[in-house]
Amino acid sequence: MTEVVTEIGGPDVATSGPPARARQVLRTLRSDRPAMAGLVVTVLLILAAVFAPLLAALEGQDTTTFHTQLLDSARGGVPHGALGGVSADHWLGVEPTTGRDLFARALYGARISFTVAFGTLVVQLLLGVAIGLAAGFGGRVADATLGRLIDLSISFPQLMFAIALLAIVPQSFPRPVLLMLVIGLFNWGGTARLTRGQVLSLKTRDYVAAARLSGATPARIARREILPGALPQVLTYAAILLPGNMVSEAGLSFLGVGVHPPTSSWGQMLSTATTWFRADPMYVLVPGLSLLTAVLAFTLLADGIRAALDPKASLRGRR
Amino acid sequence: MTLYLLRRLGSLLVLLVVMTAVVYGIFYAIPADPAVLVCGKGCDGAQLAVVHHKLGLDQPVTTQYWHFLEGLVVGRDYSSGPDVTHCAAPCLGYSFQTDLPVLSLIAQRLPVSLSLTAGAVVLWTITGVSLGLVSALREKRLTDRLITVFVLGGLGTPVFVSGLLLLMVFCGWLQWLDFPVYVPLTEDPVAWAQNLILPWLTLTILQSAIFTRLTRTGMLETLSEDHIRTFRAYGLPERRVVGRHALRGALTPLISINAVEFGVVLVNAMLTETLFGLPGIGQLIVQSSNNVDLPVVAGLTLTAGLAVVLANTVADLLYAAVDRRVVLA
Repeated sequence: MTEVVTEIGGPDVATSGPPARARQVLRTLRSDRPAMAGLVVTVLLILAAVFAPLLAALEGQDTTTFHTQLLDSARGGVPHGALGGVSADHWLGVEPTTGRDLFARALYGARISFTVAFGTLVVQLLLGVAIGLAAGFGGRVADATLGRLIDLSISFPQLMFAIALLAIVPQSFPRPVLLMLVIGLFNWGGTARLTRGQVLSLKTRDYVAAARLSGATPARIARREILPGALPQVLTYAAILLPGNMVSEAGLSFLGVGVHPPTSSWGQMLSTATTWFRADPMYVLVPGLSLLTAVLAFTLLADGIRAALDPKASLRGRR
Repeated sequence: MTLYLLRRLGSLLVLLVVMTAVVYGIFYAIPADPAVLVCGKGCDGAQLAVVHHKLGLDQPVTTQYWHFLEGLVVGRDYSSGPDVTHCAAPCLGYSFQTDLPVLSLIAQRLPVSLSLTAGAVVLWTITGVSLGLVSALREKRLTDRLITVFVLGGLGTPVFVSGLLLLMVFCGWLQWLDFPVYVPLTEDPVAWAQNLILPWLTLTILQSAIFTRLTRTGMLETLSEDHIRTFRAYGLPERRVVGRHALRGALTPLISINAVEFGVVLVNAMLTETLFGLPGIGQLIVQSSNNVDLPVVAGLTLTAGLAVVLANTVADLLYAAVDRRVVLA
């Protein structure tokens, strides 16, 4: 049956098949407990990030007010009390030396982290799909040149360029947008490689040959026949890029070239925490565990989706 | 073989030229003036012009780039007033900030980065391969699940988080170790290792997770292959089947993975150095980028690119040596 459908059907039929396949994938995903846990945590975290101002208002704090009266000046500005100054007013304690509220700062850090991660994904997809499509569909010379470029972009330590670039762009340029552009610009290789592979396999399908025989131009074939067929797979795999993007943002902020203070970011908090791990462990744990939870939740969810489509590709190995 | 090496060399040259050109391009597309940083605040127009001339910034970017390439191949002369300094090939120029030769800046910091990565490579290869092996042999049992949890955790933990947590536990709570300070190997091997334990562990957690996963999949795949079944049918002891024949098949891909991952390792080593304040290459990159120190950044990019390509070439050669089926072309 699928045989016949593949021959006469459109591109989406060729790759993922009728809704029955989608239903089966969903069923597999629902029975995958780690992936479901990842989904729940991801949704909660995104909600927390979206409603950050509301939650901070609920706590009665903001990200910028200094609470120096809560600090022990004799010990170099470590918060009074146990657990880095956790209290009914400050649910996760306060920052050393400034006394800014950690709960609010962690929430707003989530906003930066997720915004940059998703924005970067858009850049990665645009670049990766365009280059992958061109490589797979543009003939031998294009494939050889772009293929080399893809290999290079995957094996090269892009963060080095990213640091140089971020360090010298004027401060007036909106930082989160710059981060999306820079991280995306240096990390599209995987998407491009995958798109190229998809295009190469779709190109030989009969329905593409039919389109060609009916007189469609190559550009039209690429846009209308190949792209829709390649996209579902590419989009699914792209989900796994999100946790990586969050880590990149945190890493660049950790190195001091990410968002600028007073905007809070997990990476930046961790960088300050380097000097406080002895006196105020809470200050390490709040941003550290926030980042870990987010990365793990996103990874489990994305990996679950991938495993449901293609069990062999899962991080958790064959099941 | 010769053809392969020649082709590799050719692509290496193209790559290095492209990369350094990109660095020069980036620096000149952006309105940041290194001379202002060198000269300091309150520098007037005339003083700035002098600095510009001294750094060669008054020339068009193409000329500067040409001089850079020239310096690499045949060396170049620097004249500041009456004195002429000759910088022999391969000349990477002088740092804008410190006036020191870039090559010696890099050479000075290389041992730190090498100490960090070399030690960590050994640790994560041993850890990763053993865990992956155990995991594959105990497939779907409790041990396998626990190791899988470690893999997921390790992959999801950036080095600056795992490193901080290690610091918190071992320097903060248990007080077993002091905050790492780099001691050269030649000075005191024991102190060298002692101070590098935490940075090594930091890199090992992440990288061994990658290795564990690859070893596990590789082992499971080879163990199900026909030639393994044949060995078993011959009555070869299981230890030998696994240890000698299956492991070999599973580990060969790791050679090239190590090379492909080299870029990732560089980045993580950079973050680890920054976290622990180790005066290595990574720290130099961050500092010189922030100071718009063009010659240093260009030199480091060149070095990193060279290292990446070399690692890949060596991996290809090793791969061919271990696996006779591979033909280099």
